Amino acid sequence: MSDDILVDIEELHFNYDGRPVLQGINMKIRRGQVVAIMGGSGCGKTTLLRCIGGQLKPTGGMVRLDRHRVCNMSHTELYDLRRKMGMLFQFGALFTDISVFDNVAFPLREHTDLSEAMIRDLVLMKLEAVGLRGAHALMPGELSGGMARRVALARAVALDPMLVMYDEPFAGLDPIALGVIGQLIRKLNDALGATSIMVTHDVHESLAIVDYIYFVSQGRIVAEGTPDEIRASEDPFVHQFVHAEVDGPVHFDYPAPSVVKEFLGGSARG
Amino acid sequence: MADLGSPFRKLGHLAVDRIWRLGFAVRFLFAVLRYSGASFRRLHLTLREIYFSGVLSLLIIMVSGLFVGLVLGLQGYEILQRFGSTEALGTLVALSLTRELGPVLAAIFFASRAGSSVTAEIGLMKATEQLKAMDMMAVNPIARVVAPRFWGGVISMPFLAALFSAMGVLGGWLIGVVFIGVDDGAYWSQMQSGVDFRYDIWNGVVKSFVFGFAVSLIAVFEGYDSVPTAEGVSRAITRTVVTSVLTVLALDFVLTSFMFRGTS
Amino acid sequence: MNRTVIDLWVGIFVAIGIAALLFLALKVGNLSSSRLSETYALQARFDNIGGLKVRGPVKSAGVVVGRIVDIKFDATTYEAVVNMEVDGRYRFPKDTIAAIYTSGLLGEQFVGFESGGDEKMLKAGDTLTKTQSAVVLEKLISQFLFNKAAEGQDAK
Repeated sequence: MSDDILVDIEELHFNYDGRPVLQGINMKIRRGQVVAIMGGSGCGKTTLLRCIGGQLKPTGGMVRLDRHRVCNMSHTELYDLRRKMGMLFQFGALFTDISVFDNVAFPLREHTDLSEAMIRDLVLMKLEAVGLRGAHALMPGELSGGMARRVALARAVALDPMLVMYDEPFAGLDPIALGVIGQLIRKLNDALGATSIMVTHDVHESLAIVDYIYFVSQGRIVAEGTPDEIRASEDPFVHQFVHAEVDGPVHFDYPAPSVVKEFLGGSARG
Repeated sequence: MADLGSPFRKLGHLAVDRIWRLGFAVRFLFAVLRYSGASFRRLHLTLREIYFSGVLSLLIIMVSGLFVGLVLGLQGYEILQRFGSTEALGTLVALSLTRELGPVLAAIFFASRAGSSVTAEIGLMKATEQLKAMDMMAVNPIARVVAPRFWGGVISMPFLAALFSAMGVLGGWLIGVVFIGVDDGAYWSQMQSGVDFRYDIWNGVVKSFVFGFAVSLIAVFEGYDSVPTAEGVSRAITRTVVTSVLTVLALDFVLTSFMFRGTS
Repeated sequence: MNRTVIDLWVGIFVAIGIAALLFLALKVGNLSSSRLSETYALQARFDNIGGLKVRGPVKSAGVVVGRIVDIKFDATTYEAVVNMEVDGRYRFPKDTIAAIYTSGLLGEQFVGFESGGDEKMLKAGDTLTKTQSAVVLEKLISQFLFNKAAEGQDAK
């Protein structure tokens, strides 16, 4: 295996309560890239991210991160590895009882023995990078959704991680905030020399900033490629997704008995 | 077929679910104890929780203790008067408070004041993925969030119970001596000869410690195990209060039967 | 590490809590005098202890000098064996009488020591040989009635 690949996923399976969520995912993510994992809601994208972070144990297959096998690590090993990972949660998941400054300082205080002065400089630097140095004294409740996301981003990269994961970084943001976050993800990734994995269903914003895209549907990778390949793709699923068509390989209707059976066959029930 | 079997099936499900939860709670307790090191190594975390669960409960505990003492004084005087032994009022008030009412009522107030807010805090942190975020930052949420809250409660509880009893004794004194006119000397001296430190007061302290342990565990567990939605958290808060009160009363019976058997 | 406002409040909280405990211990429970610093054990045998209880007081001349720690029944002599802890400051002569009294008409029962005149003193673990059992009210009343009845017959 080449040193170039940071995350290597082979035949990953995951069942939730006996229901298959992931059914054989294969992925190789190179260092320094920003990779998007796309798919409709509930297709297992977030589960995939959790498996990479070691928060969920896959039922089959394996995840290698920086040549460590994530799946059969002990708690301590996993925590050692997670110090080199950052994660941005769907709605930021800022600690609501402490200030913006303390949120960003949190990983530094927990994992380093730096002096308060040093921590202060580092935190303000990270906040500067996301353009919120002036907001360091605010409480998370006083921030807008986009600002909270940026603070969470600053917190995720506080320890200069080698891998940053984003769970729906664009969810619930207005177009301006959305563009800001997108640019920040790219800029921070390149500035830190990190690798980023982004789970999202926002096609256009993602196509503008990522290096590679995987499409996931029903627990499988159905398409992959660079943004240009994706735009040019003739694959029906990709086409439906990129052009936001109502019906296609992904059906509008939730699986149900046929209309005839449901409405006319009422007496046959039970 | 399905309709006939369903109540029994539901009952069975419920029973299995409860036992499952109990098992999980026990494992959770061990995890909390195992990761408690940080709560004492980084004492400021626990001090903060003592502040939130102890200091902020001071007022309610003191006021309610005073009122319970006032009521005990009134009722006690009224009853003792029938036997012409009103000077035993001090003993009556002090014994009922130090042995029973102090630890039990303080624990119940503590559960509804501090326990519920601990559950809400942890439940909301879970609902907003703060616990998961912490876990992803390689910070164990049980060590960082749960254990300090647990120990904060365990440490606060005996102090609060003692305070409750002390306020109650003063309340009884206020009604009995100041308003009704029981002899001041008799109130205190009868109390002192009737109340034994090791037997009555110390057992009360032990009780309150046990209650603090139980209530704190229930509060952090319900929060940690709550369904991460607004409704789930509100249910968890209700469960914390109800389970705590029942547990405290049941434990009180068990402890009392161990501690005060065969002498009175 | 710096002092914070929370430290102050927790300090106040703990101080109030300890004050409450001390109040309970000293003012309510009277720890200062009920705790017998150094004690020695004595034993006494009674035919009948009435309503005597463990932890009841042992008094001499009305002053509490000890506590009852254990009450047992001796199946060979059919007597009650009462073990007591007596304050080490007080010594009693060998011929001290241990009697069971009741404080008031219906109050609690206690062991009272009536000191004798012996020159030798009781040592730890000794047994008081002279005892006086509890007065059983029913016995007293029946005895009184019996005597009255006997008097009545004599008068005839």
